Amino acid sequence: MRKTSLLVLTGAATTIAAPAMADTIDLTVTLPRPSVAEYHRPYVAIWLEGATGQPFKTLAVWYDSDNREGHGTKWLSDMRTWWRKGGRSAQIDGISGATRAPGPQKLTIPAAALRGLPGGQYKLTVEAARESGGRESVTVPVTLGGKRPATTSAKGATELGTVTASVKP
Amino acid sequence: MNTRLRSTLLAVPALLALAAPATAFAHSQWLLPSETTFSGEEAWVSIDAAVSSELFISNFHSLDPQNFTATGPDGQSVPIENAVKGQVRSMFEVHLTKPGTYRIGSTNTGVFGGYTLNGEKKRLPRGVTADKIASLIPQGATDVQLRENQSTNQVFVTLGVPDNAVFKPTGKGLEMVPVTHPDDLVANEPGVFTFLVDGQPAAGLKVSVTKDDRWAATPIKQDVTTDAKGQAKVTWSGPGMYWMEARASDNKVSIPGATDRGLSYVATLEVQAP
Repeated sequence: MRKTSLLVLTGAATTIAAPAMADTIDLTVTLPRPSVAEYHRPYVAIWLEGATGQPFKTLAVWYDSDNREGHGTKWLSDMRTWWRKGGRSAQIDGISGATRAPGPQKLTIPAAALRGLPGGQYKLTVEAARESGGRESVTVPVTLGGKRPATTSAKGATELGTVTASVKP
Repeated sequence: MNTRLRSTLLAVPALLALAAPATAFAHSQWLLPSETTFSGEEAWVSIDAAVSSELFISNFHSLDPQNFTATGPDGQSVPIENAVKGQVRSMFEVHLTKPGTYRIGSTNTGVFGGYTLNGEKKRLPRGVTADKIASLIPQGATDVQLRENQSTNQVFVTLGVPDNAVFKPTGKGLEMVPVTHPDDLVANEPGVFTFLVDGQPAAGLKVSVTKDDRWAATPIKQDVTTDAKGQAKVTWSGPGMYWMEARASDNKVSIPGATDRGLSYVATLEVQAP
């Protein structure tokens, strides 16, 4: 009998330690269209990291995944900050997709993708690297495990426009 | 300039002065990798190799590509490919086919030295090996001076996730074991490197770091000294390629008749933007 109640308590503690489980993040990433003769859509990586760089969680990678020669992954390291901080050891199957066109690009990070992350403050960073172009990162603060929906936003100057993150509990 | 340098070297009466640190960059050897960090299934790195008076500017002479070897993350040797030896610069490539960190470079051991015969000072040929010394010093030679020399020149490149297998020290001569992985250096965090002499921490060793900035009015150079643990902590002046050098000398010789030992270590490091 006593054993049973201990088990119940353990279960409750686990739930408290991971309050972010139900959070989803709606993201809008605006990709500018620079007026250049040779335009290639940028590679984009989106990730969450804690204050110390940990935990680190890649949320999405847009790259030339359909490259005919199978060489799309060759340029992943051009997203240098993402690559160094954790991209190089990230499993990107299931969260990667093709490059996207200029304009506001929307995506929703489902609760399942955030499972296991403890509640608290994070930096959500979008890094874009463009062939024959530049590289830029935009970071917005987000809080996981909060009680109310919260929206944060920041703006890039060259390779990224406005980045907006809306966390919904 | 080259001719003058050569004749100056030949005229130096104390041969030991040859290994004295020169001012600024002064005719040093370097390796320059095309990139140090790679993604994908496989990648090629291209490496320039030369001795010059300005960092990464090929203005003196090339290094023989045959001198270089590459070691993969599994400890296996990886071929040096497509080698070209030019007048002022060499180039070679290494095909990275397994994930992990590769060491590419050279460790040369040799003897500097000379003797006096019939009142005339003679110098041993450059690059002579220990087993040839006895046959090169004639009967009746006096004032024999032999300096054992070891020089290492390295770069480290990584396909995928960096690892540390190639940094296992041999315990011989001057070696660097990184605390901060050479392919994980970022401009806003210090790089920390442990220097060892014969496998033991080299405390109080001067480590010079020069940034590739040929358009700067004065070279961007700093000297740091290793602590009791043999660690040198380098604060970077922005992203870029850096050339790191350390020198040591002692009398722990292995060649019979040698009076002292000179050790030099050089590595080229890429520091990323944060």
